[in-house]
Amino acid sequence: MSGILNSSIGRKFAMALSALFLMVFLLQHFAINLLSVFSGDTFNEVSHFMGTFWAVQYLLQPVLIFGVIFHFVMGFVLEIKNNKARQISYAKNNGAANSTWMSRNMIWSGLAILAFMVLHFIDFWIPEINTKYIVGDMSGMHNGEYRYFHELVEKFHSPLRVGAYVVAFVFLALHLLHGFNSAFQSIGANNKYTKGLKTFSKVYAIGIPLGFIFIALFHHLTGH
Amino acid sequence: MNMNLTLKIWRQKNASDKGSMVDYKVTDISPDMSFLEMLDVLNEQLINKGEEPVAFDHDCREGICGMCSLYINGEAHGPDRGITTCQLHMRMFKDGDTITIEPFRATAFPVVKDLIVDRSSFDRIQHAGGFISVNTSGNTIDANAIPVNKHDADDAFSAATCIGCGACVASCKNSSAMLFVGAKVSQFALLPQGKVEATDRVLNMVKQMDEEGFGNCTNTGACEVECPKGISLENIARMNREYLAASLKG
Repeated sequence: MSGILNSSIGRKFAMALSALFLMVFLLQHFAINLLSVFSGDTFNEVSHFMGTFWAVQYLLQPVLIFGVIFHFVMGFVLEIKNNKARQISYAKNNGAANSTWMSRNMIWSGLAILAFMVLHFIDFWIPEINTKYIVGDMSGMHNGEYRYFHELVEKFHSPLRVGAYVVAFVFLALHLLHGFNSAFQSIGANNKYTKGLKTFSKVYAIGIPLGFIFIALFHHLTGH
Repeated sequence: MNMNLTLKIWRQKNASDKGSMVDYKVTDISPDMSFLEMLDVLNEQLINKGEEPVAFDHDCREGICGMCSLYINGEAHGPDRGITTCQLHMRMFKDGDTITIEPFRATAFPVVKDLIVDRSSFDRIQHAGGFISVNTSGNTIDANAIPVNKHDADDAFSAATCIGCGACVASCKNSSAMLFVGAKVSQFALLPQGKVEATDRVLNMVKQMDEEGFGNCTNTGACEVECPKGISLENIARMNREYLAASLKG
């Protein structure tokens, strides 16, 4: 077991596990955000629960932060190692003949998602941490009502921010179109279910980002 | 109709030379020629002019030995599928085409001269565990005496068809050797004779693969598409499972 992360397959396995964890997180994030379209009150209640329940805040949140950091740091490490494995490039390379654009450009789609996450953290996560753990206000209230839905809608007033979110989710879809199946292959799951999984992965990879785009546009266009 | 072609070929005097692409013209090339025969024509021209012929690897010229390499117009073994370069025919090209010919590129496959690369890193990976230990001193047990599930036997045979040409490494954007190593691990892991040394085999072969400087597989699948023998990505998944199980054991 020792030194498994020093091997190419160990790193690939760890990358896949962090990816699978992030994909499960993405699904629950989407499910909660979708509530905002149907009911501001329900969205407020669930957001308050997620923002104050100890297991989410002190167990799951640190795991999530670790998972995100691990995934992109390992992504950079693998990219550097892989570049070293071919120091002289081909004069002519026809990558499109044997692989998808998504599979060849995970580092670029990943970097776009990372840039988006900086914006997303500035928009939501940092103010949330500041209010709860620096100011010390765990009530979730503002002017006598829950603040979460109001904060969400307010952020999506800006067309520039909505545009940035839409672009980021397109990159997320491109990343997932390769990443979803790739994670299963990396953990050694390539069997009779792979074909069905590939179909499901397309639904997930396009459906979830499209859903996030819908939520952002919904609040931008309706103003509530 | 015979063709006139422009060739852009990587020329490199020796392993330490910097190397560069050089343009050549070949005329009256028959579409029925193999790609290597076309290069033979070029070399004949060069020799007649007193120039150094282009060095390239070849041996059986019937798609079995895995010796011929070449990255042709941006693909290992050229634009056709399920073939080695010696099986690539000039009918795949048109009169007036420009063909770019490069050596397989990978840090673990250093260029020896022109289009010839040193693929002995594959040999060292094989030495690290690509074998089974059998008493051959007159007491060898008939392999067929051990029943093998037909599905496993077929998969093992498919994996064993890998000729170690290196097209997987050349095609992979990461220069990963995992299709080759996956095939070599699988051909033994699937059979009862190979199970005894399975743990050490996969650990040692992967360790050697990493030490040789091959990249990390990111599952683009380019290797599977370009493999002349159609080795499947399932072999990489099997190797991953074998490696993880072996790591937990060992």
